[in-house]
Amino acid sequence: MSEIIKVQGLSKVFGQHTVLKDIDLSINSGEVTCIIGASGSGKSTLLRCINLLEDPTGGQILFHGQDILTGKLNIPTYRSKVGMVFQSFNLFNNLNVLDNCMVGQIKVLKRDREAAKAQALKYLDKVGMTPFINAKPRQLSGGQKQRVAIAREIAMDPEVLLFDEPTSALDPQMVGEVLTVMRNLASEGFTMAVVTHEMAFARDVSNKVAFMSDGVICEEGTPAEIFTNPHQPQTREFLARFMNS
Amino acid sequence: MYSLPDGFFQRIIYILQHFGGSLLRGAGLTLLVAFVGTVIGCIIGFICGVAKTIPIEKNDTVFKKIMLRIVWIIIDVYVEVFRGTPMMVQAMFIYYGSLLVLGIDMPMMFAAFFIVSINTGAYMAETVRGGILSIDEGQTESAKAIGMTHGQTMFNIILPQALRNIMPQIGNNLIINIKDTCVLSCISVVELFFASKSIAGTYFTYFETFTVTMVIYLIMTVFFSKLLRFIENRMDGPENYDLATTDTLAHTSGMYNYPDKKEHKK
Repeated sequence: MSEIIKVQGLSKVFGQHTVLKDIDLSINSGEVTCIIGASGSGKSTLLRCINLLEDPTGGQILFHGQDILTGKLNIPTYRSKVGMVFQSFNLFNNLNVLDNCMVGQIKVLKRDREAAKAQALKYLDKVGMTPFINAKPRQLSGGQKQRVAIAREIAMDPEVLLFDEPTSALDPQMVGEVLTVMRNLASEGFTMAVVTHEMAFARDVSNKVAFMSDGVICEEGTPAEIFTNPHQPQTREFLARFMNS
Repeated sequence: MYSLPDGFFQRIIYILQHFGGSLLRGAGLTLLVAFVGTVIGCIIGFICGVAKTIPIEKNDTVFKKIMLRIVWIIIDVYVEVFRGTPMMVQAMFIYYGSLLVLGIDMPMMFAAFFIVSINTGAYMAETVRGGILSIDEGQTESAKAIGMTHGQTMFNIILPQALRNIMPQIGNNLIINIKDTCVLSCISVVELFFASKSIAGTYFTYFETFTVTMVIYLIMTVFFSKLLRFIENRMDGPENYDLATTDTLAHTSGMYNYPDKKEHKK
């Protein structure tokens, strides 16, 4: 498995508050990496640092062995290769569903309209949103928005897809429809890093699970290791609380 | 001299008959100055508002950081000066100042457009900045996340939404401009107020003339406020959308716009 992204000794400090401490994590090609942990443990901040939406305070983020924090790399180009799906969907409110999936391809990747449209339609079909290409985001349900957001990202042909709690703002039924899409992507071999509270998804779909607590990766391993035989007391406590609820 | 009839309404009719043309020309000039001034003012406002929201990134060169700060200071001074002084005073200052100090004899109309434009621009700069700030941070983040630069994000995602949000304020500015161009009479621009004052002065028919003038101003402002509301509704687009599918079951499953509906409307 080749490493696409390797995070080394990453730290992030907001004022006096240390959110991430000395994080090491690698995201391998074709693998699904799930990051679990309590709210406020730094999971989302880690993901946002990887996409440079937050400026890391220290450490390295290597993209194919090249450090992206040196300032020498073109950041927009890097971001276009690392897709991100947000908890709050963040579809472009001024554009309809089809244009949402085309604008990045046309403006960033400089594809021509026809190619962009074909690509957008292909992936909208994959997430089951083809009938809604003319709708504006405000006319869609949360689950539909998130599926469009996923299609928008994969239409850019990214090397990695980052998911920042993609189902946390949805009701149980919509969670199901979004997770189905994500399971399909995983089975097709998309490289994904997923911050989630969906333990069943993490257990069944991921190749690797990282448990975060208080800004550090407390434990990391295969789903079997983490879910059936966790070594750290914090991991055990967290999972016990989750499995009982 | 003509003989003036007695009675309020007779006098109004008399004024309309004899001076209707010059009132209309004045109204036309008022509209022209207000409209051109608002459009150019909006362009100035957009340039200033966009410039003021350019973020300074950690990796930017020192030159860019310094240039940006200088531009921001210039914009701040511009906004404070032109928002903080009366347009009438600005008109006198610029029109007579340019003639006496710089030796430039500005054409009257140029002076009118210039003064209204920079005045509107000063207000619009803050309005546009507010409009940009009003757009959810998530829109910027997701645009950046797919690799857009700040400029691409601004022009493709943020500004179209900000424009929609500040349309009511643009309408406000247009209406304020229709009314406030009357201060340009102080530099002898023959707009509606100047024309009315001349007519009123000829016969001392102040009340009658300005009744007509009031109505003309009101017609203009109401017309434009309705027009702008119409444009806003057009920008919002239709409430419903067409399902792009031939699966008739989809149309009956609680979704929007069964195709027949459109046929009925025609």
